[in-house]
Amino acid sequence: MGEIQVETENKKYEPKIAAFLCNWCSYAGADLAGVGRIQYPATIRTIRVPCSGRINPLYVLKAMANGADGVLVSGCHPGDCHYISGNYVARRKFALIKSLLNHVGLEEDRISFSWVSAAEGGRFAEVVKGVTERVSTLGPNNGIFKVVDGGAADE
Amino acid sequence: MSKIINDIRETARQLLAEGKVDVVIGYEKGSLPLKATPCFVHSSEGVDSLIWDETCENNLATYAAKTPGKKAIVAKGCDSRALAVLLQENQLVRDDLYIIGVSCHGVIDQRRIGAEVGEILEASISDGKISVKGMEGDKEYLFTEVKDATCRTCRYPNPVMEDLHIGDTIEVAQGAAAFADVEALENKSDNERQEYFKEQMSKCIRCYACRNACPLCYCQECFVDCNSPRWLTGGVNRAENLLFQAGRVMHLAGRCVDCGACSRACPQGVDIRALNRKMTKDVYVMYNHESGISEEGKPALNEYSANDPEQFLVKE
Ligand code: SF4
Ligand code: SF4
Ligand code: SF4
Repeated sequence: MGEIQVETENKKYEPKIAAFLCNWCSYAGADLAGVGRIQYPATIRTIRVPCSGRINPLYVLKAMANGADGVLVSGCHPGDCHYISGNYVARRKFALIKSLLNHVGLEEDRISFSWVSAAEGGRFAEVVKGVTERVSTLGPNNGIFKVVDGGAADE
Repeated sequence: MSKIINDIRETARQLLAEGKVDVVIGYEKGSLPLKATPCFVHSSEGVDSLIWDETCENNLATYAAKTPGKKAIVAKGCDSRALAVLLQENQLVRDDLYIIGVSCHGVIDQRRIGAEVGEILEASISDGKISVKGMEGDKEYLFTEVKDATCRTCRYPNPVMEDLHIGDTIEVAQGAAAFADVEALENKSDNERQEYFKEQMSKCIRCYACRNACPLCYCQECFVDCNSPRWLTGGVNRAENLLFQAGRVMHLAGRCVDCGACSRACPQGVDIRALNRKMTKDVYVMYNHESGISEEGKPALNEYSANDPEQFLVKE
């Protein structure tokens, strides 16, 4: 028992971050980072989506309510959308959900949005590093989305 | 009987007698004091149950799309705005709709009265005064003291579209929308806001009365009822309540007309409006958009511009 406790205490806190990445840019950017052997923290759980326009704000909410410590959403730079305007449509939703969640007291850094192209493997790694650092500073998701009485996790 | 009520009844009688509409949607006296209830009049004999006063708090646009046939509808400013959004979203056919516009001075916030006198047993309204007999005492109010919060900041008391106007119109100061209520919250610290909304979210019992009262929550299958994916589990807890509330507010982004029907319908007194108003402000400030102010136009999230603000992006 004692030993296990010592071990958990020494273990660095590693946040769990749900990352919604557009297939055509950021996902390929993550791939490029991998191919180029660029190191970044293993904190993200990647969910590939066909377009940032496909990211339903409910995904972000559901991830938080299910106990994720952070969410990263990344799509193509404005003007570069594979489907021409998906990220423009997404941009309004992203701006609004971020502002709304900050208003109810969710820490600014829990939810991050970025544009990363397929050519920006290095930048993708930097974004993940930055996000991981900031979420680690915040610690576990114990604020407005803290699961109380019962829990929101699916059985 | 006021002139307005008389005119509403006469209009309804004529429309029904001439066969111009199949049904008139208006208000009648409810079974509880200070609560009117929506009423559907199908024949000219029924028109005498129609009323109009400060208790007509439902947004009747909620029933417009659900009622088949040609319909006339009594509409305040906010009801007409909701109808405008429904038209923008192709949920209604303009030719099937006859809008009886009435300018509105606001509706009563029952919760405010109930908090002082307990359950309301009897009440009467005359000349802008409301006398209430409650479980825990009697009291007389000026209407202005118990006017609903949403009506205090209303920018569109006159219907934005109508086929006929009844009564006077109300002078409103034109100018930019003001959001003092939202700013007051914004100026608090993150922690204070979090505490406030934690308390609000703990109160919600997810009865969905707010959704049902809302004219713009017309989805055949709401995300809360969806089994696959299952957004919400059966349990009621704060995190899930926030998922519901924030999800709903997102669905109403650039659509909510701030009629307050959701807040008034809530049995738990959850401050739903604080969320809706924040969203309304953001949409107004970021996209210079106000929902439902004319039949033309589109909801804010159906449009975009190449220069939309990007402050939300991650710091690098
Ligand atoms: S906010 Fe109020 S009306 Fe809406 S679900 Fe919760 S308790 Fe019910
Ligand atoms: S969300 Fe509430 S205030 Fe907004 S339109 Fe619906 S009922 Fe009215
Ligand atoms: S909450 Fe959303 S999904 Fe549910 S009825 Fe309203 S708009 Fe539709």
